[in-house]
Amino acid sequence: MQNRRDFLNMLCRGTILTGLTATTGILVYRSVKGGTCELGSSCTNCGKSHSCDLPEATLFRQTVWQLDPTKCIQCGRCAENCVMSPSAVKVVHVYAMCGYCDLCGGYLKPDTKTISTAAENQLCPTAAIKRKFVEDPFYQYTIDEPLCIGCAKCVKGCGAFGNGSLQLQVRHDRCVNCNECAIARDCPADAFSRVPANKSYLLQGIEAKPEERV
Amino acid sequence: MKKTLAIVFLLFLFAVQFMDSYGIQRFPKPEFESGYVQPETLLPNPRAEMLAILDIAVLIISLSVVSWLVIKKRNRNGVFWMSVFALAYFGFYREGCVCSIGSIQNVTLALFDNSYLISISAIIFFVAPLVYTAFFGRTFCAAVCPFGAIQDLVAWSPQKIGSRLNAVLGVIPYIYLGLAVLYAATGTDFIICRYDPFVGIWRFNASFGMFVFGGILLIVGIFIARPYCRFLCPYGVLLNWVSRFSRKHITITPAECIQCRLCENSCPYDAIDMPVTTKNPEDKGTMARKLIFITFLIPILMLLGGWIGSKLHEPLAGVNVKVRLAKQILNPGTPKNQPETFEIEAFKSAGKQQSQAFAEASAVLHKFYIGSWILGGFIGLVFGGLIAGRLMTKHRTDYTPNKGTCLSCVRCVDYCPVKLPK
Repeated sequence: MQNRRDFLNMLCRGTILTGLTATTGILVYRSVKGGTCELGSSCTNCGKSHSCDLPEATLFRQTVWQLDPTKCIQCGRCAENCVMSPSAVKVVHVYAMCGYCDLCGGYLKPDTKTISTAAENQLCPTAAIKRKFVEDPFYQYTIDEPLCIGCAKCVKGCGAFGNGSLQLQVRHDRCVNCNECAIARDCPADAFSRVPANKSYLLQGIEAKPEERV
Repeated sequence: MKKTLAIVFLLFLFAVQFMDSYGIQRFPKPEFESGYVQPETLLPNPRAEMLAILDIAVLIISLSVVSWLVIKKRNRNGVFWMSVFALAYFGFYREGCVCSIGSIQNVTLALFDNSYLISISAIIFFVAPLVYTAFFGRTFCAAVCPFGAIQDLVAWSPQKIGSRLNAVLGVIPYIYLGLAVLYAATGTDFIICRYDPFVGIWRFNASFGMFVFGGILLIVGIFIARPYCRFLCPYGVLLNWVSRFSRKHITITPAECIQCRLCENSCPYDAIDMPVTTKNPEDKGTMARKLIFITFLIPILMLLGGWIGSKLHEPLAGVNVKVRLAKQILNPGTPKNQPETFEIEAFKSAGKQQSQAFAEASAVLHKFYIGSWILGGFIGLVFGGLIAGRLMTKHRTDYTPNKGTCLSCVRCVDYCPVKLPK
């Protein structure tokens, strides 16, 4: 009796372990091979040159969440839905794209009568954008990052009236890299995706080169 | 001043023309004359990739050490300190991600969706505890999982709850697992992560609902030990199955059980099976009748469950983004003057066809239809198994830990007076 039970136990254990090994094998194989293209063999591009947006092999590649500013519609949910408060999404200023406008659509409310740094004129609810005179008629705008809540109001203003140099990005010093990003789940524009950790920013206008914060 | 006016004029001109377009270099980069140096846009790096290897190493070493402490040393103190370590490392340092419980969803999604590429950490966090469980029982639950660790630390005054209530509440994890797999396989949502009660504690940062849920579980956990592990944890279901066939398992007594009953109330998780000494062993007729009843009952329950599930596939699929979008396109809210939702706004600006959105939504609905049949059948099977388990009495002479539900915490060992000669 005892022997028969032991034998059955061993059999079941063997089956479970075989199943686990097979699952692991499939997953590892897929992750090593990279994404499978829907075109299959009919596509001639594939010498793994990655001219298409096929995901790369990610087995030993960690991925992080990032949002694509070209898809973003500035709905403001990034500010509310992140598990961190304030949100890990903040605005990033791409100086290389900035027009240094006096009448800045990202800094000033659309209906302001005067151009000044007065609080009632500022679009940012937390006054996180600092305006500094450079030379006539140019002004530099700097983000005071601890104040930014990622509401995207300035991004919308800059995109509508200016060059679009203000862009939302997931800041990886704040992001806790959830298994499933709470913002991604509710992003109406499907702008969030996992990107390789070595190319962790998707900014427009500059080659995103992550560097240690100074 | 003239320049300013010109810019203002241009600005309005462009603003009217390109309201919807984005990222057009409307204003050329100024040529500064005052020697102004443009600042560089600096961005913080994510966590170093190599540290993922450290996580895996810590997991494997922890599993090995805890298994050794449980099986060989039978040492409660060691297990306790390992659970404090797990709480510190996987909980507060790693902030709960990646965890084995959540990895069920990564694995499911990776199996169902070719384009989802899973990382090595997620695979190992899913597989390694199961493999260790197949050899040593649920040592992962004992002191590697931070969820178990935090609940174990607050289990100050565990009370027994009736075996019937225990069995009924024990069905919840199966339903939770089924739903989690359904939602992950359809690429809809990771519900285990969404309703993670303790992740807010790891981060010292949580939404109000999450904080309340975690708080309630911890307070309940003072009296009913490890409520999440026993009555919610979906990974526990898998570990339970595997553990039943484990090669070795913690035993209460190192030698022969002397029926002293000292360990009877030692288990805070009600995982000790009492000896069953039926006065009148059932005759073959009743046994056969019960067996026939069960073999008919289970398929009926499965079919019934599947049918109910399939009826519920539409509300279940309502969470899916694609289904939600299609619904909003079809029915853009009752009041006409209401502003359109962000989903519809984004859909319009992406320039996709309506028919494409509908096709995608109906494909998802179809997946949910099949998935909810399977889910319903699975839940029917679980209920059938529950009834079968209560009907069939098993003959048992000694006090033994239930191999499925025992969490290998080693508390019972200290209650046993039998000691092996050194």
